[in-house]
Amino acid sequence: MKTIIKYVSLDLLRNKTILIYTALLAVISISVLNMDNNASKGLLSLMNITLLFVPLISILFATIYFFNSIEFIELLLAQPIKRNKVLLAEYTGLVLSLCAAYAIGVGLPLLILTKQVAALVLLVNGLLLTLTFSGLALLIFVLCKDKTRGIGIAIVISLFFSLLFDGLLLTFIYSFSDYPIDKPIVGLVALNPIDLSRILMLLQLDVSVLMGYSGALFKKLLGSAAGSIYAVVCMMFWVTVPLLIATLKFRKKDL
Amino acid sequence: MLSRNLITIIFFSVAFQAKGATINVYPGQGNLQTTIDKADRGDTLIVHQGLYKEHDILVNKKLTIKGDDFPVIDGGKKYQLFFITADSVVIEGLQVQNTGRSSMTDMAGIRLQNVSHVIVRNNLLLYNTYGIYLQNSSYCAILNNIALANAKDELNNGNGIHAWKCNHLLIRNNKISGHRDGIYFEFVTDSKISHNISILNVRYGLHFMFSSNDAYLQNQFVDNGAGVAVMFSKNVIMLNNTFRHNWGDAAYGILLKEISDSKIEHNYFTKNTVAIYMEGTNRINVANNEFDENGWAMRIQASCNANMFEGNNFQANSFDVATNGTMMLNTFDHNYWDKYDGYDLDKDKTGDVPYYPVSIYAVVTERVPVTMILYRSFLTDIMDQVEKVLPSVIPEQLKDDHPMMKKWDLK
Repeated sequence: MKTIIKYVSLDLLRNKTILIYTALLAVISISVLNMDNNASKGLLSLMNITLLFVPLISILFATIYFFNSIEFIELLLAQPIKRNKVLLAEYTGLVLSLCAAYAIGVGLPLLILTKQVAALVLLVNGLLLTLTFSGLALLIFVLCKDKTRGIGIAIVISLFFSLLFDGLLLTFIYSFSDYPIDKPIVGLVALNPIDLSRILMLLQLDVSVLMGYSGALFKKLLGSAAGSIYAVVCMMFWVTVPLLIATLKFRKKDL
Repeated sequence: MLSRNLITIIFFSVAFQAKGATINVYPGQGNLQTTIDKADRGDTLIVHQGLYKEHDILVNKKLTIKGDDFPVIDGGKKYQLFFITADSVVIEGLQVQNTGRSSMTDMAGIRLQNVSHVIVRNNLLLYNTYGIYLQNSSYCAILNNIALANAKDELNNGNGIHAWKCNHLLIRNNKISGHRDGIYFEFVTDSKISHNISILNVRYGLHFMFSSNDAYLQNQFVDNGAGVAVMFSKNVIMLNNTFRHNWGDAAYGILLKEISDSKIEHNYFTKNTVAIYMEGTNRINVANNEFDENGWAMRIQASCNANMFEGNNFQANSFDVATNGTMMLNTFDHNYWDKYDGYDLDKDKTGDVPYYPVSIYAVVTERVPVTMILYRSFLTDIMDQVEKVLPSVIPEQLKDDHPMMKKWDLK
C-alpha cells in the first residue's frame, strides 16, 4: 500500500495542475494578507477564497484524476492486492498532494504573516475540506462508469454545497420562521461541510458576535467549545462516510 | 453659560474660604465627624494622610474638606460615607472607599442631598456601590474624580456618578470604571458632561433618562457592557465623543429611544456591535461622524422620523444600515460609503447614481434573525449583488442621492 501511495503522490507532485494550484493559492494568500493591515480581515477574505476554491478544485481534480488512472487501478487489481487497499492508497496519495498544495500555498503564508489561532483553524478547515471533497470524488468515481458523467456530478455537487444548499436553507428558514427553528438549523447546517467550516471559522473571529446577536442559541451552542467540537466532529463524518461508502461499493464493483 | 456658573462657584468658594479658619484633622485624634460638628461655617478642614474608619459623615454646613495626600475614608463594606446637606461645600483630595452594599438604600461614597454649588473634585472613589450620588441638587461640579469598582452584575451594584432630579451640573474629566453605569442621569436638565472616560462598566457607559437640554462632549465610552443609552429626552447635544469597542450580544455605541431634536456630531464609532440604534427618535441631526468597523453602523427602526444623516463616513462596517420597515422618513445625504461602487462622470465629487445603504441581506436578517447563520456565505453575497443591479426588496426611499466619492476629512 505504501508503495502505491508513494507512486501516486510522486506522480501528482509532478503534475502541472497541482503546481499551478499551489502557486495560485500562495499568490492569493500573500497578497490578501499583505493588502490589509487588519489581520482578521485578511483571514476573512482568505476564508472566502478557501470556501470557494478548495471544494471545487479538490472535487474536480480528484474526479478527473481517478477516472484517468482507471487503467493503472485495473492493472493493480490484477495483482494480489486487496481491492480496498488499492482504492484507499489511490485516495491517500491524491489527498497527500492536494493537502501539501494547500498547506504550502495557504498554510505557510498564514503561519508566517499572522499570529492568530484563527489562522490555524483556517488551515485545518482547508485541509478537512480537501479531504471531504476528495472523498466525494472517490465516491463519484466508484458509483459512475462514465468519466463525463462523473465530472458533471462533481460540478453539481460542489455547486450544491457552495450555493444551492444555502438557498434551500434560506427558504427553509423563511417558511418556518414563525417556529423556534434555531435547533433544527444547527442540525441542518451539519449537512453541509462548507457551511460547517464557514461557521467554525467565523466563531474564531470577533464577527461571531453578530451571530450571537440574532439568536441566543447560536451564541450558546456554537460559541462554546462544544460548538467547535460539534462542527469538527461533523466535518470528520463528512470525511469518513463517503470513503466508507466508496470502499463498500468498490468491493462489489464490476470494472 | 455653564462654564460661567463654574467660575462663579469657584470664585465664591475661594472668596469665602479666606474668611474661615483652617483646622487640621489627623487620624486617631478625635474624629472627622466631631471636627466637622465643631467647625464654623466657612472653615477649611485639612484631613491628613491616614486611615479614617468612619461612616455616615454628615456635612451640614458650608465647609471645605481637603485631603492632604489622599487620606483614606473607609466604610468597611458596611456603611455609607459622606452626606452633604449644605450648599457650597467643597470636597477634594480624599480617597473614599468600601461603602456597604444594600438592596434597601443606595449606598454612596459621597452623597449630595438637596444642595447647590457643591464641588467634588480630585477624589479617588474605590469599590463603592455608588461613587458620587447627586440627589435633587443644582449648580454642582464633579471634577477630576476617579471612580473604580469591580461590579460583576447589574443587580448588586451602583453607578459611578449618579444624578437624580438635578439641574445645571458640570461633570468633567472624571474616569469611571467597573461600575454598573458609568454616569447615570435621570431627570437632570441643563447639564454638561465633558472629557470623561467611562470604560469597562457592566451596563452602560452613560445612561441618560428623561434628561433634556444636556450636552455631552469629548467623552470616551469604551468596552462597556451595553455602550451608551439615551432615552426619553429632548435637546441632547452629543459632540466629539468616542464610542469604542462596545462589543457583545446586546451592545450599542449609542442606543437612542424616544429622543427628539438632538444633535450627534463629530463622534467616532469604532468596533461596536451596533454603532447607533434608533427607536422612536425624531428630528435628530447625525452629521460628520466616523463609523468604522462596526457590526451594524446604524439600526434605524421604522418608528424614527425626520432624522437627518449627513456628511458621515461609513467604513468597513459589516452592515451600513439596517431597518425593520419599508417606509423610511429619514434623509441620508452626502455621506461617504466605502461600499459605494458608482461613478462620478460630472466630477462634482458626488456619485451620479444613488447609494442604497441597506443591503438585502440586512433586510433579511432584520426580518428573520436566524438567517444570520448564513453570514458571509456566497449566497448572501450573490443576493446583495443581484439586488444592487435590480432593487426590489430593499426600502426604496432609503438612499443617499449624493454619495461622496472621497472620504470626508473629519480630523
